[in-house]
Amino acid sequence: MNRFVLPLGIFAVLVALLGIGLTLNPREVPSPLIGKPAPHFELPQLGEPGKTFSERDMLGKVWLLNVWASWCVSCREEHPVLLDLAKTGTVPILGLNYKDERKDGLAWLHNMGDPYRLSAFDFQGRVGIDYGVYGVPETYLIDKRGVIRYKRIGPVTRQVLKEQILPLVQELERG
Amino acid sequence: MARLLVLLAALACAPAAWPKEAAPAAADPALEARVMALSSELRCLVCQNQTIADSNAGLASDLREEIREMVRQGKSDRQIVAFMVDRYGDFVLYRPPLKATTALLWFGPLLLVLVGIVALFLRLARRRRAEEPPLAPGDEERARRLLDGGGTEAR
Repeated sequence: MNRFVLPLGIFAVLVALLGIGLTLNPREVPSPLIGKPAPHFELPQLGEPGKTFSERDMLGKVWLLNVWASWCVSCREEHPVLLDLAKTGTVPILGLNYKDERKDGLAWLHNMGDPYRLSAFDFQGRVGIDYGVYGVPETYLIDKRGVIRYKRIGPVTRQVLKEQILPLVQELERG
Repeated sequence: MARLLVLLAALACAPAAWPKEAAPAAADPALEARVMALSSELRCLVCQNQTIADSNAGLASDLREEIREMVRQGKSDRQIVAFMVDRYGDFVLYRPPLKATTALLWFGPLLLVLVGIVALFLRLARRRRAEEPPLAPGDEERARRLLDGGGTEAR
C-alpha cells in the first residue's frame, strides 16, 4: 500500500499543475510596455487624412487606445461595448485603425457606429509593432503622463470593462 | 495507364497546390541569411509555435521586414533582439534569458535528473541491504576454502 502513495502523490501534483495550465490563456502574454511611456507616433487621421494624431495630443488625460481593423472579427464582438462606453463619456476612446484600407475602415465605422473620438490610420502597421500589437483588437489604458497602465489583448468585454478598466480609470483620474 | 491518367487529371485540377515561386529574397544573400538566422530565434506571437522565419502570418512578414531594415541600418543582433523584447517581452525569445523568474525553466530539468539519481541510489542501496542476508555461520569458512583451494567441494 505504502509504495503507491508516492507515485499517486506525484500524479496528483501533476494533474493539479496541468489543470492550472488549462485555465491560463497562452495568448495573454504580459506586455513589457506596461508602466512605460506610450511609444511616440504621429499618424494621419482615418477620417481626415490631412490632419495627424499623436499620443502626445492626449497628455493630461486618461484615455483608451483601441487597436481595431475592419478585417478583425473579434472587433465586431467588442464594438457594442465600446459604443456604450463612448455614450457614457467616462473615458475618451481613440482608435488605431491597424493595417486596414482607408475606405474599409471608414465604411466599417459608418455601418457599425463610431465610438472613437478619432482614429489614427496605421496602414503599414509600424505603430502597431511599436505597441507590440499581435492580436487585434488590443486596448491600452494610458494615464495623464502618457504612461501605459494596462493592456487588454482581445476584445474588451463588459466584464473586463467593469472589473478591470473602469476601476483603473477612476484611480488614474484621481491621481 | 488508367491510373496514370487519373493521376494526371488530379494534378491538373490542383493548380492551387502547386508550389509558388519563392518571394524574392533581398539582393544581398549575406544580409538575408542574417535576417533568417535572427528571425528563426524569435517567436511569432500570432501563431505561437512558429518562428518569425517560418510563419506566414502578416505580422511575421512585417517583422521580418522590420528586421531586414534594422540589419540594413547596421544594427547588431543584440540591438535587434532588444527591439523585439521591448515590444513583445521575453516571450518572443525561443531561448529565454536566465533570470530569477526563468531559473526553474532552466534548471528544473537538471533538478529532476538529480532528484531521480538520488532516488535511484537510495533505492539500490536499500535493495542491496535487503537482498544480502548475513552469511550463515560456517559459510564464510567454506567460501574461503573454495576460493583458496580451487578444489571441489565434497558433498
